[in-house]
Amino acid sequence: MSVEQEQDGRTIRCLVAKVGLDGHDRGAHVIARALRDAGFEVIYSGLHRSPDEVVQAAVQEDVDVVGISILSGAHKTLVPRILDGLREYDAFDDRLVLVGGIVPDDDQGELRELGVDEIFGPGASMEEMIRYIREQAPER
Amino acid sequence: MSDLVEDLLAGRHSALARVITKIENRAPGYREVVSRLHDHTGDAEVIGVTGSPGAGKSTLVDKVAARLREQGHTVGVIAIDPSSPYSGGAVLGDRIRMASNAGDMDVFFRSMSARGSLGGLSTATTDAVTALDAFGKDYVIVETVGAGQNEVDIVRTADTVAVLVPPGSGDDVQMLKAGILEIGDVFVVNKADLDGADRTVQQLREMLQGRSSAGHHGASGTEMVEAAGTGDGGETADDWEPPIVETVANRSEGVDEFLAVLDDHGDYLDRTGGRERQARDRFAAEIRTLLREDANGLIADELDRRGGLDAHVDAVMARETDPYTVVDEVLEPLRECLDR
Repeated sequence: MSVEQEQDGRTIRCLVAKVGLDGHDRGAHVIARALRDAGFEVIYSGLHRSPDEVVQAAVQEDVDVVGISILSGAHKTLVPRILDGLREYDAFDDRLVLVGGIVPDDDQGELRELGVDEIFGPGASMEEMIRYIREQAPER
Repeated sequence: MSDLVEDLLAGRHSALARVITKIENRAPGYREVVSRLHDHTGDAEVIGVTGSPGAGKSTLVDKVAARLREQGHTVGVIAIDPSSPYSGGAVLGDRIRMASNAGDMDVFFRSMSARGSLGGLSTATTDAVTALDAFGKDYVIVETVGAGQNEVDIVRTADTVAVLVPPGSGDDVQMLKAGILEIGDVFVVNKADLDGADRTVQQLREMLQGRSSAGHHGASGTEMVEAAGTGDGGETADDWEPPIVETVANRSEGVDEFLAVLDDHGDYLDRTGGRERQARDRFAAEIRTLLREDANGLIADELDRRGGLDAHVDAVMARETDPYTVVDEVLEPLRECLDR
């Protein structure tokens, strides 16, 4: 798999971000590790980040994928602020924005309309997520 | 797509980030970008921070960046982490410890992974420093684990190298073994509130005295340019005696002293012509590295034209030829061109 990346001379970079108040990041750790093992470079934000901090990290690290892990139910307030921030820095169009965690079905459509590319809920497989990123990471 | 270089010079953070990505990926056109930036560099103070894992480098860098921001400076940080030799992937975790500067875009923090390439990383790091310098950062801090030659090369791109030594980091032999004593302009015993810190400072002092009497300095292994012993009683670029600073980075203790010592070293470089010497050494090393890389590329192409390395190895295995003859043959056309 890493051979594939070497051929086009590019390593996919992902931000795994924990935003807001939820204090549980075991899942984020597992995902960070799985993405690393898939040959990606993973920047893990640590717990309790504000939307501004997530935007700052996404812009400076020039990640291909912004992965937001959220369990607290605050996705409807926090995710739009991240999306706005990315747009403000011209860092939205060529980036995948993924949300993982608990997002009720009713809210999913709304998040997608705002610009979230995909939502991975409980039960989503790592392989699925990795394949999605490989296929969908925007060319630059 | 708009012009990256112009956007970078205009102060757009996303352009700076994209330029560093291009540099890391060795993407087509990255060389032209770096050459165009070169003209805009030379103003940033570059500080290298190294030391063993867990020494507290990221925490200290975070507090230093915060203090520099209070003083009105802008800061760029490049943090280098190892990558997995198996998957090529990496988890770059130093950002977590940059909490003091969260949300402040004028601290531009960028994680880089070693990507398994030996010589390439120091070239990429040098180029990333160029990008941050051209962007207008007053200070650029390069942070890396001091584990091997690769890392030593990287911190050599800095004007001032700080080596962090955690308390109780072993006996004299351990410190000798690490081999990072030679590259430090400044030593920091971080976590100085821990037991054994005094003893570490003491050991370090003894080792450094040994070093200065042996007349060693960081420039070993690179070309020595004649030191300009200007003024101040004939002080030369070899007279620097590395100070030892004690810090407790997570409580911001000793940060001001650390910055003062960095300033001292900067002044000393200016006074003695050391800064110019370093710059010359750095450019010389860079030219040499690029020449080697490009020459390697040319040779690889020539090998391909001749049927690839494997074919030559087969011939050697069959005792039809030997490695010296192969090399002579492959390089023959190159030699002819250059001798002319």
